Order: sequence, then structure tokens, then C-alpha cells
Amino acid sequence: MENAIIELEGLTKFYGSLKAVDNLHLKIKAGEVFGLLGPNGAGKTTTILMMLGLTEPSAGTAKVCGFNATRDPISVKRKVGYMPDNVGFYDNMTAFENLLYIARLNGLGIDNVHDRVQEMMELVGLGAAMHKKTSAYSRGMKQRLGLADVLIRQPEVIILDEPTLGIDPTGVKEFLQLIRELSRQQGITVLLSSHHLHQVQQVCDRVGIFVGGKLLAEGNIHQLSQNLFSEESCLVTITLADTPPDTAELESMLSEIGAVRKVTVSGNGVDISCVENITPELVRLFVEKGFGITGVYRKEYGLEEIYQQYFDNNLTENVSHGKSSGLFQRSFFRKTAN
Amino acid sequence: MESPAVYFKDLFSGRLRIKKAARSEAAFYNRPFAVMVRKEVADHIRSWRFIVLLILIVLTFAGAMYVSLSNLKAAVSNENDPDHLFLYLKLLTATDGSLPPFHIFMSFLGALLGISLGFDAINAERNNGTLIRLLAQPVYRDNLLLAKFVSALIIVAALFLSLSLLMIGGGLVITGVPIETAEVFRILSFVILTVLYVGFWLSLAILLSVKFKQATTSALTAIGIWLFFTVFYRIIVNMIVRSFFPDPNLLAQDDILFYNNLILDLLRLAPSQLYTDATTTLLMPSVRSLGPLTMEQMAGAIPSPLPFRESVLIVWPQVSGLLASTAACFALAYFWFMRREIRT
Repeated sequence: MENAIIELEGLTKFYGSLKAVDNLHLKIKAGEVFGLLGPNGAGKTTTILMMLGLTEPSAGTAKVCGFNATRDPISVKRKVGYMPDNVGFYDNMTAFENLLYIARLNGLGIDNVHDRVQEMMELVGLGAAMHKKTSAYSRGMKQRLGLADVLIRQPEVIILDEPTLGIDPTGVKEFLQLIRELSRQQGITVLLSSHHLHQVQQVCDRVGIFVGGKLLAEGNIHQLSQNLFSEESCLVTITLADTPPDTAELESMLSEIGAVRKVTVSGNGVDISCVENITPELVRLFVEKGFGITGVYRKEYGLEEIYQQYFDNNLTENVSHGKSSGLFQRSFFRKTAN
Repeated sequence: MESPAVYFKDLFSGRLRIKKAARSEAAFYNRPFAVMVRKEVADHIRSWRFIVLLILIVLTFAGAMYVSLSNLKAAVSNENDPDHLFLYLKLLTATDGSLPPFHIFMSFLGALLGISLGFDAINAERNNGTLIRLLAQPVYRDNLLLAKFVSALIIVAALFLSLSLLMIGGGLVITGVPIETAEVFRILSFVILTVLYVGFWLSLAILLSVKFKQATTSALTAIGIWLFFTVFYRIIVNMIVRSFFPDPNLLAQDDILFYNNLILDLLRLAPSQLYTDATTTLLMPSVRSLGPLTMEQMAGAIPSPLPFRESVLIVWPQVSGLLASTAACFALAYFWFMRREIRT
């Protein structure tokens, strides 16, 4: 990849004997929206902390905007805006003052910093609650303030750790749209970690699936589904008006088509797994043979399936390995407990 | 959060980036460190905790002043006391025994002040989730520790300086006696010493706030250390002396002197002892030594006040002791904090 803005090479982090992040290699292009997906305790936050130099890797390097995050965290932090998952503010100050403080810390305290702060507060939709103490803020408002806090510094890279936690569905949509919009217009690179699959699916160019400290797969959703469901990257279900008289004949007829891998006939439903999308040909064939079609449904593999597949694979793998299964069980239960 | 595209059109195009010339001009006041110190000072001043402490100290000061003012006449006209002409020092030290003088009070209250200004410096920020946000800004980690320390010291210094200036002003109005240069120096160095003493407890409290995740734990530990030094340490030293040291009735004078010095050295491991020693010497110019003196040493000495420089020389070991322990606490806090993983 040519202009990688985030480069992780062999990044590893131990907590005692627990390997939180395991030999992670990852490159993120400038201007990309990258989603880091994984269950709780997968090492997402640890990875992010290492990118910001807030914790030291046990091995490997993290390079952000060309700076080594461990050696030169200040240069990295000048370019990167980070919103932690549990964003906190000074409760005894108003939201405006909180934001002003951050702006001043970033050396913006000279010209029209007040206007700038106000503009930001209005942008994230907190214009009316600007002079309230942050202790009176709801979780969602704090999250928005957190975004303002990140954006006021004009970062090149934005790292968001579980950004949609605690925001209502419409809020999430707006929030993600804003992020997407920003990335498109200003060429800002966005890295967001989440376990909310749908949301990530909506905005990310690429995703990385991260379980147990390992990056199991990365790529865009299409690539991932091809990798994972190479056997059956496309599943077409055709519902017929009547039950076909000779199922065996129908199956053999369909199997002759090159792209078809598997045919299952059950009642008046026909499931056809194929390598590529040949739905039009299939429909034409059925019509030519005189079948009445009442419904055609093409199933696409979304992130949910992809994630589930990886997660399940990993779970069974670990159960079969016996020893280290505890970690995944535990992280799974923690997820459900949340 | 509506139509973000419109708002962002300019924001990222560099319109608001600061011009270079303006930056260098105002750079000093807007360095992250200065910004942090300002914010911390403002936080302290607005906090109830500081207001309560302020009231406590001002009341103590007023009480001590009242007692010393009512005894001032007796103290100044006491011809046997070589210090009786230092009116303003007498204001700080004279007492009829109903209340301890101000500087003895301060050895208790100073510790309390330092502890309460610092015990939640780092861990409260961590628990609120502000620490990680703060450290994700382009600021050096040590700037945060230093800002916490410096801002509290600025407040303490302003507090004591204004109290002593009030005292001098009040004394001038009430008695009409002009102040002497030596007195100004002595009172100023008393203020500096008090700030240094508070600084020691402050750095200890910050150290504990880095170490412990809960603010209550660090506060309790700090108060525990303070209680140990003010109450139990003396008892423990006495126990050691009684069980291990020989009976003084059976010893030669040199040996008694040696053991006495040893006991004093042991007691001086407590910071409050260092502070009391140093302030006593500074505020009572006739104090010549902080240890026992032999008859030979005293022979030929005229009971007169020492010059300021000599008093400073006597207390120099105490001052360096306080400075060293402050620096040690701070260095340890620094060491623990710098490579610590920050997460909420």
C-alpha cells in the first residue's frame, strides 16, 4: 500500500502472561474509514493506546503519520484526534469551558478561539446546551462533545473507540454520517473500533476482524465474504408456484450450469449456491422450463455473518485446543453482560 | 448535527490556523504547561475544599494574632528576652500559652493543606476519564504532574504571603513601629519555608495519587503518614531510647551529648520536626543552636540575637532536608507516572 498513514508492524502487547495483542500487522491508507471489529476484550483499545503512545508495546512498532508512536508520541498526538470509549469531562466546568481548555492546550488560544469553540458546539448539535455544566450532560451529549473535542484540533487522523456507545439510533446515524462526510471531504483518515456490526458496515471502507489479539481478516466487506464463503458467495432462493414434479431432474439440470455449486430442493423452494451472481440466468431458465416463480431472493453475506463465522471458527478452534478457551468464553460472556 | 458539509467547508482549509508571528508573541502564555497551570489554579480556587481550608487557616491566623497582640506589650517589655525588640517577630511567636503560636499551628495545618490539595491530583482525573483525554492531546506527561504541583504551590504561596503582609500591615497600623530589614527577611524566609513544607506534603500526596487508583485510599494513606509522624513517631523514638540507650546518670558528659544528638537526629527524620526547628530559629533570632550546647561552648557568649545570615546557616540543613524529601517524592511520582499505561 503506497501512502499508508497508519502502519503497525508486529505489534505485540503482553499483560503478564496474557497476550492482549498478538503480532499485529496493519496498514491504513490516508483518507480511509477503517473499522476495527471485535468482541470486548479482543485488544482493540490496547492497539489504539499503542498507536497513541499511551502504552508501550512489548514488541513491534506503531507508526502514525510517519512518526513512531512510542518514541515520539507528541508528534503523533498533534496529528491524531482520539476519542476514548468512556469519554469524561471536567464536571465542574461547562461544556464550553471544557472545549476551550482543549483548544488552548492545542495552541489554538490566540485568535478567535471563542468563535471557533462555539462553531464546533453548534456543529455537533450542542449549541443550546453549550453553557451547561457537563455533569448535567447525558451520555449521548457527552459523546457529541467528545467528537467536538476531537474535531476542534483539525486532526489528520481520527481514532474513535466505540463511538456509538450510548447514542440513540437516529443519533448514531447522524454521527456516522458526519464522520463519513468528514472523511470524504477533508480526506481525514478515520479508525473506529466497535462491536456494533451494522453501524460499521454502514460507514467503513474496510474492516479488520480482531479476535483474541489477532487480526483474523481485513478487507472490504465484499472481499471478506468472498474469502470466507468462497464456496457459496451467493445464495439464491427461488420459490416456485407448485412443487416441482421431478426434483432429481431439476437438480441435475441446474448443476450443469458452471457457476452453480450446490442445489437443494425442499418443497417448492429451491436453494442454489453459486460462485457468482447468476440470478437472471437462473430465472430465465426456470421460466423457459415453464415453472411459475412466486419469489426470488438473493442472500448476501453481511458483516454479521462474516463476523459470526470468524467468531464461531475461533471459538471452536479454541475449545478444541482446550487450554486457552477460557479467554474467549470470558470475553464472550462479558459482551453479553454488557 | 445537521448538514455537516456546510460547516466544514472552511474549518479544515486552514483559515483558522494561527499566523506565525502572532504565535511567537503569545507563545509563552499559551504553552500547554501555562494553560494547565491556569486551569488548575482556577479549579483549586473554586473548589469547596480549598475554601474550607482557607477559612480554617485564616481563623487560626486570626486567633494566633489575637493572642499575640494581647501579649505583645508584655513580650516587648520583657528585658530578659534578647529578642524583645523584634516587634513583628513577636507578633508571630508571642503567646500566653492558651494557643500555640502560628508557626506551630502551621506544622499541623500545612501538612493538611498539602495533602488536601494533592491527594486526588491524578487518580480523580483517571476515574473521571479526563486523564486519557488530556494525555491524548499533544502535551508532555510530566507537564501534567508539574502543573498539578506548581498550581497548588502558587496558591499556597499567595495565601501565606498575603497573610504575613496582612500581619505586617496590621502591626504597623496598631503599633506604629517601623519594621526592620532583618524582620522583613526573616518573615519572608518563614513564608518560603512554610511553602516548602506544604510542598513536601503536596508532593507526597501527588505521589500517592499516582500510586492508588482510589482518591479515598490515597487520602487515608497520606493522613496516616501524617499522623504517624506527628503522633507515633515521637513515641517510637522514646521507646527506642528507653530500651536501647544507656542510663544517662551513668554516662560522661560527652556521651550524654552524643546520645542527645542522636535522639535529635532521629526525631529530625520527621518533616514536621524539621519545619518546627527551622521556623523557630528564623522567628527567634536568639536561638543559636538546635542541638544541646556544652558549658564551654556557651562560655563568653552574649545572649543577643543572631544576624539573619547566621540564622539561615543554622537552619540550612533542615531546609535542604525538606527540599530533598520533596524532590524524592516528586521524582518517584514522576517515575511511576511516566511509563504507566493510561486507560479508563
